[in-house]
Amino acid sequence: MAPLGTAQNPVRAAIVGSGPSGFYAAEALFDSDQVVLVDMFERLPSPFGLVRSGVAPDHPKLKQPIQLYQKIAESPNFRFLGNVTVGRDLSVEELQRCYHVLIFACGAEADRRLGIPGEHLAGSHTATEFVGWYNGHPDYRDREFDLSHETAVVIGQGNVAVDVCRILCKTMDELVHTDIASHAIEVLAQSRIRDVYMIGRRGPAQAKFTHQELRELGQLKDCDPIVARGELELNPPSREELLDKNNRAGGKSYEVLQSFAARSAPTRSRRCHIRFLRSPLALEGEGRLERVLLARNRLEGTPSQQVARETGEVERLECGLLFRSIGYRGTAISGVPFDARQGIFPNRDGRIVDGQGNALPGMYATGWIKRGPTGLIGTNRADSLATVAALQADLPHLSTTVKAGADGLLPLLQSRGVRVVSYADWQKIDAAEVRRGESAGKPREKFTRVHEMMQAIEPPTPPRRLAVELAGTALAMVSNLAENPR
Amino acid sequence: MTTIVTDNCQGSRFTDCVTVCPVHAFHGDDEMLYIDQEVCIDCGACIPVCPVQAIYEEPIPEDKQHWIAINESRAPGLPVILKKQDPYPGAEERKKELGFA
Repeated sequence: MAPLGTAQNPVRAAIVGSGPSGFYAAEALFDSDQVVLVDMFERLPSPFGLVRSGVAPDHPKLKQPIQLYQKIAESPNFRFLGNVTVGRDLSVEELQRCYHVLIFACGAEADRRLGIPGEHLAGSHTATEFVGWYNGHPDYRDREFDLSHETAVVIGQGNVAVDVCRILCKTMDELVHTDIASHAIEVLAQSRIRDVYMIGRRGPAQAKFTHQELRELGQLKDCDPIVARGELELNPPSREELLDKNNRAGGKSYEVLQSFAARSAPTRSRRCHIRFLRSPLALEGEGRLERVLLARNRLEGTPSQQVARETGEVERLECGLLFRSIGYRGTAISGVPFDARQGIFPNRDGRIVDGQGNALPGMYATGWIKRGPTGLIGTNRADSLATVAALQADLPHLSTTVKAGADGLLPLLQSRGVRVVSYADWQKIDAAEVRRGESAGKPREKFTRVHEMMQAIEPPTPPRRLAVELAGTALAMVSNLAENPR
Repeated sequence: MTTIVTDNCQGSRFTDCVTVCPVHAFHGDDEMLYIDQEVCIDCGACIPVCPVQAIYEEPIPEDKQHWIAINESRAPGLPVILKKQDPYPGAEERKKELGFA
């Protein structure tokens, strides 16, 4: 039998998930002296994960990594298999039969709960669903958001929370020429929201937003950022955290907050308030959200390890809309160990481990399903480089049986009625989205339903041509009758 | 928007930055690394991973502004650096000299 990694017996790798971590894993796999063939599975017809459906529509530059992923996808040893859900259309065991190694890059699509009374009330939502909805993700197409209330609250102060606030506070002018879903623009255009509160349970030195994102809240056309001076008091450990030379970013964020606090009285139609040291205790209201009960906190602990503790004081904030933005969470796939507390696949250096901590041969994780929902897009590159380095070290110890790759699975998928979307198919969908956006001055108009994407691959006979054909047939019938009267 | 590599990279060249760049924007010569201004998307991922804080984003301090032109002109003509490399000899000492743990 030919050695593993040669043309006769190429390393067959399956990557589950087509977001940044998946593509950086493919890139790292190809950086090898061995012959490696990569098949990337994605449950949607469209690739690119959160770069397509998470990055805010008004941050187009942050979507540019897609150009790199396109290059990787066009490599002859790469194959995209879209519209295939691993764990449903294919089992992990079936994948293992056809590949030497599996890399799970399936991200984190669910969200952490607050676990407080009233969380289920109408008007209470997650940032995950709002972001998916305005970004045209098919899973969230039919969510409804009632923007007829004047006050909205966002619980959490990471960059996702800032995105939610910014989208709620932008004018239509600032959004119409982006790739935001048109159904979202229609709803946002009717918004009566005037005040948005972004609330964090710890202090200004501990907030997770980055200063670049925070700064944008002060650059909106018709919204004033509001930070009360009193909110910026720092206890000694917090001051130490900000002075830490290795925390330059934290210092910059604090300066931005100070600049907001120094602004003169707000004059614009909307206000984005940033509040600290408050935790939601309950959502209250008759049948729908009317207010949130907040606990006032103080900080305890050493620098960089401060925790929020309730003081016993509470306050109520009237609001009709609330988004919890306290972290995404991974979802289990049958056949793979799952750490339900952290929402990740348990692993060591990217090698997936079982309950006893033993590495499962040929099973790897990268990206958010490996380390949790942290970091920036580029963080996934370093993460995938590390996982693939572990994988490459393990290769000499793996079974050297020749594996079939996707060719071993296509008959199975067909018998299960799965229409696999190839990369060339995706390029048709992609081109159609760009065409649709052109007339509206948008970079693209996304398809927001899977069947619409599938139709873009094999469009039905266009109505005009049908009409011409029918007319031609009718004409032929009439002239036939004229020549052959009965 | 601008993100640039500046003088602390000289004599250190740790190259931790390249591992977190989502768009392959880093180029290098023997001395130090530079960021291709046309490719960089200002995501900020590289800034906190540099052991000697050599990378700056806007607002660029006045005493670093001349580095913008240097990054702009030098990066495109140099090879892209995609993988972490060994630092410059003496990099650890330089790091301590600059006041980083």
